[in-house]
Amino acid sequence: MSAVFKREFKTYFTSPIGYIVLAMIYGLSGYYFFMYNLASGYADLSYVFSSVLSFLMLLVLPVLTMRLMSDDKRQKTDQALLTAPVSLTGIVLGKFFAAVLLFTIGIAIMLVFAFIIATQVTPAWLVIFGNFIGLLLLGSMIIAIGLLISCLTESQFVAALGTFLASFALLMIDSVGELLSSSKLATTIADFLSISSRYNNFTSGLMQYDDIIFFVSMTALFLFLTVRVLDRKRWN
Amino acid sequence: MIQVQNLTKRYGSHLAVDNLSFQVNEGEILGFLGPNGAGKSTTMNILTGYLSSSEGTVTINGHDILEEPNEAKSSIGYLPEQPPLYLDMTVREYLDFVFDLKKCTFNRKKHLAEICRLMKIEHVYNRLIKNLSKGYRQRVGFAQALIGNPPVLVLDEPTVGLDPNQIIEIRTLIKNLGKHHTVILSSHILQEIEAVCDRIIIINDGKIVADDTAAALSEKYSSDRRLMARIAGDEKRITDILTHLNGVADVVCYGEKEEGVFEYALEPQDGVDFRRTLFTALAKEGYPLLGLRSMEMSLEEIFISLTREQLPAVTHKGGKSK
Repeated sequence: MSAVFKREFKTYFTSPIGYIVLAMIYGLSGYYFFMYNLASGYADLSYVFSSVLSFLMLLVLPVLTMRLMSDDKRQKTDQALLTAPVSLTGIVLGKFFAAVLLFTIGIAIMLVFAFIIATQVTPAWLVIFGNFIGLLLLGSMIIAIGLLISCLTESQFVAALGTFLASFALLMIDSVGELLSSSKLATTIADFLSISSRYNNFTSGLMQYDDIIFFVSMTALFLFLTVRVLDRKRWN
Repeated sequence: MIQVQNLTKRYGSHLAVDNLSFQVNEGEILGFLGPNGAGKSTTMNILTGYLSSSEGTVTINGHDILEEPNEAKSSIGYLPEQPPLYLDMTVREYLDFVFDLKKCTFNRKKHLAEICRLMKIEHVYNRLIKNLSKGYRQRVGFAQALIGNPPVLVLDEPTVGLDPNQIIEIRTLIKNLGKHHTVILSSHILQEIEAVCDRIIIINDGKIVADDTAAALSEKYSSDRRLMARIAGDEKRITDILTHLNGVADVVCYGEKEEGVFEYALEPQDGVDFRRTLFTALAKEGYPLLGLRSMEMSLEEIFISLTREQLPAVTHKGGKSK
């Protein structure tokens, strides 16, 4: 696992993807931080978090995950991975954690902002950590989804588009649930899957077990599916 | 070392590999020969654990590839048809990565240096793989297979894309490796298999059609063990002598090949070696025997005759032997 992890993480920086992703995150969040906090002298970082959320979900995470599996298949390097004495789970986890680490480095800029605020006034640390943990958990889940989608195609573009659509669907679940409010079943499903209601708990500094378990188990589910899909391909 | 039993692979309704069984002994170099699409690569992909078989078992070094994949896989070095190279890495980074991936416990620097020397890639060690020529990429792929010094090497068309000098180098290398490794080598180049391998398996349409040494194959499939003789002198008289020779079943004259020299095809009676009597008989009559060769089929002819059935019928040209 560690060999795959190291290679994937390094590859982010031998190709432009790693730099572009970090530059996008730092640039955009820096802009919002300047506008909301520095320029208007406001101590609450929540605005910055909520402003970059959909940008991260729709653009950054698809770009981060698009190459992970699809490129190995296109270059046939999966033959080296799958014939090495490494388990499929090891391969998938290595790639997953490489993407999670890059994402974490990206959103860690928020903590830098928090320390900048802390030089002037005590920030609401609980809210900031809640936001950070929530974003990390949500990001990890979408990375797992992206990994699964990347496993289904040889084209990076198709993988990115698929992850974009999945993220988009996650963002839209609430409004779809409202639209179908006449059906009890639809509302129940939408409520369960609703990302925003769970995510909002984090943003208000509420770290509840069931929310954490929801994100972690969803992530595990998609990683498990990725392993299954990889294994299944060997049988066809 | 390698045991394959009733291996079958289906892609939907297409049968790519059909009930293959064979084994490879330690230190053997096995040649896997077959036309394109015969199922060579599929079989190799199953042996190395890249694909799973639909039926049958593969045991490498005592470990079943499905039951104990990690143990089995760590005994194999695999060079697929297209070397699995990360183009955006340098040779050094790539080999380092494979070293980690295979969980190698050797001294890294020494082991990699040794392999690079063997594959002659030291001088491209720090170059990006995407900037290397096909031949060098193939060597890096080969180097990757050698990392960890696995007892079994599976090489899928290892000389494709190399220039003639490199081909000879790689063949020598494989032969040398064969002294300490069990090697399975696939190719559709017959000379290569003939030059390198101890044993040959010819595969066609997913089935084994022959499994033996080159010499034995040649023996087995030379349906007629005819001798071709060139004899100077009167055609009629000589035909007469030959026909009455002990052990000769049939004589056909192929006509005048040189001035006053005729060529005859002699068919022996079962297993009789009449070369000595032939010589004495001709010498007694004063007809010089200018040449004698057996009509053993070359590996190429065997290969063609074994694998051609499936192809649409080729109009037969009644080619005479030269």
